[in-house]
Amino acid sequence: MTDAANEPATQVASAGQPDAVGVQADERHASLWSDAWRDMRRNPLFWICVGLIAVFLVMAAFPTLFTRADPEYCILSNARQAPSAAHLFGTDIQGCDVYARTIHGARASILVGLLATLATTTMGIIIGTISAYAGGWVDTLLSRVGEIFFAIPILLGGIVILYSLPMPDKQPLLLQVGKVVMAIAVLGWPSLARIMRSSVLQVKPNEYVQAARALGASPLRVITSHILPNALAPIIVVATINLGQYIALEATLSFLGIGLRPPAFSWGQAISQASGLGYIVNTPHMLLFPSLFLSLTVLSFIMLGEVVRDALDPKLR
Amino acid sequence: MIKYIIRRLLQMIPVFLGATFILYFLVYALPGDPWAGRCGDRECPPAYVEAFKREYNLNEPLLVRYALYMGRLLQGDLGRNFRGNYVIDELIARYPTTLKLALIALAWTAVIGITAGIIAALRKGRFIDHLITVSTLVVISIPVFVIGAMSQFAILKTGLTDIIAVTASAGTLQQLILPGIVLGSLSVAYIARLTRTTLVENLRADYVRTAKAKGLTRQRTIGIHALRNSLIPVITYLGFDFGSLMGGAIVTERIFNINGIGGFIFQSITARDGANVVGAVTILVMVYLLMNLIVDVLYGVLDPRISHD
Repeated sequence: MTDAANEPATQVASAGQPDAVGVQADERHASLWSDAWRDMRRNPLFWICVGLIAVFLVMAAFPTLFTRADPEYCILSNARQAPSAAHLFGTDIQGCDVYARTIHGARASILVGLLATLATTTMGIIIGTISAYAGGWVDTLLSRVGEIFFAIPILLGGIVILYSLPMPDKQPLLLQVGKVVMAIAVLGWPSLARIMRSSVLQVKPNEYVQAARALGASPLRVITSHILPNALAPIIVVATINLGQYIALEATLSFLGIGLRPPAFSWGQAISQASGLGYIVNTPHMLLFPSLFLSLTVLSFIMLGEVVRDALDPKLR
Repeated sequence: MIKYIIRRLLQMIPVFLGATFILYFLVYALPGDPWAGRCGDRECPPAYVEAFKREYNLNEPLLVRYALYMGRLLQGDLGRNFRGNYVIDELIARYPTTLKLALIALAWTAVIGITAGIIAALRKGRFIDHLITVSTLVVISIPVFVIGAMSQFAILKTGLTDIIAVTASAGTLQQLILPGIVLGSLSVAYIARLTRTTLVENLRADYVRTAKAKGLTRQRTIGIHALRNSLIPVITYLGFDFGSLMGGAIVTERIFNINGIGGFIFQSITARDGANVVGAVTILVMVYLLMNLIVDVLYGVLDPRISHD
């Protein structure tokens, strides 16, 4: 972050015209992030969230570090066993090891969360920046289109999209993840574009932007090296919170039987399988462990977003 | 004022048309045949496909099709499902249950959420404030279906099933209380946070200081001056929330086996009855848009600072 931010200042200086305004703005920007960093470093909540997220990311990338058991190796005669030494979290209705399935289930959930956040945030940044920078009819058009997509609740729209896409049996994991990500991206970008638009509108009238323009920098250069570094903070906060919410959304869609389907497995599916009064009373372990992992993941991303926001914007405290 | 309402209504029209167009486009123009899945697990026979194309004007260009579809939609015609019933009749039979559920959720949200928010704001920085803030975060992070299943578990284990029902297939008021609480749990957290934030902001405002300075009691300063102003965004959020509660009911109704619109959508997903899914979702989106419109207008009425020109 700081490297990218310092670059324009040195560029201007080496051009033989030390631009006091530009340097000052970049220093303020750097201190905004370093202030935030100093704040966060002292916050135990920040470290708890980061630690949990790290564990879940490693779990998604290398599930075999946590368990040697094969999540697909299920023995029907072992079905619905309570937790024991052989099956740490017990077994589910198919006789699969709940611990192995929970650990391996992290991958799909976190993949959906990360990719959906990446997609919506990228779309939000591009559309919001163009909207605010260009102004005029481009802004009006993009804002109106965004309003229309914003009017459809993500869960409802997601159900229609996923229902309309072909849903053959035994689709590979990546394709299924791609479908869910697409559904979230199509409906999720407008709120992020709005945030980006308003923060670019705040940065745009600053003198260093005017100065860069007066010096003849191209719009692309003005945006990438002067506007973006100073306008990204709000959208990063919201993106972090959204990441948690998208994971919960995937679980909800899978719970309804329309998100990820077998052979892919995720926490939402496991919870869906384990709910129902009979299972809840007799085999609560089938429900408890995936629920716990899911909730902890969502909580740590949302909490991290809040901690970052508090650090970036002390006014809110 | 009238002018303001009319302008909001007019602004709503393109959003409404756009949203329904997107839904229509998603269903009928995406790759994959719209009749896929309408014949159960088998392929549809050619005669059915022909009849289907004729009934839904699939041989016409997209915009013409959409216009025809809108015409039927405005007359309340959502097409017919697998069983040959009109989707709109299925929805009319089920909406009272969902409405009751949403109202219970809303009432619980308003009472608990606002109370918790006020307590947190007045004790800002103290233990109770941290407790409320952290617990709202936890509630926001736990998906509704987990909260639902856990509450069922707790009630079954403690043997309170005589007092609080854990399923609600009949949809009586007593049965709907627990599902209503579960459905509203997320909103309780949001409302508590919103109330806290706005109240904290308003308590710092100049007019509250003035009220204190002229010697008003603490109750009057907070109750009349700060609280009334803080509740404007909260009330509008509640209205906005009502629209999304109807959608959130899909998950809650599936957990508690409630035969409302949400449960209907879930059953139709499982049975792969596309006409039901799309029809019901379209109606829910329309309810959501309508609630947003009402909230917008209400906001203009409640907050004199909103320009009516």
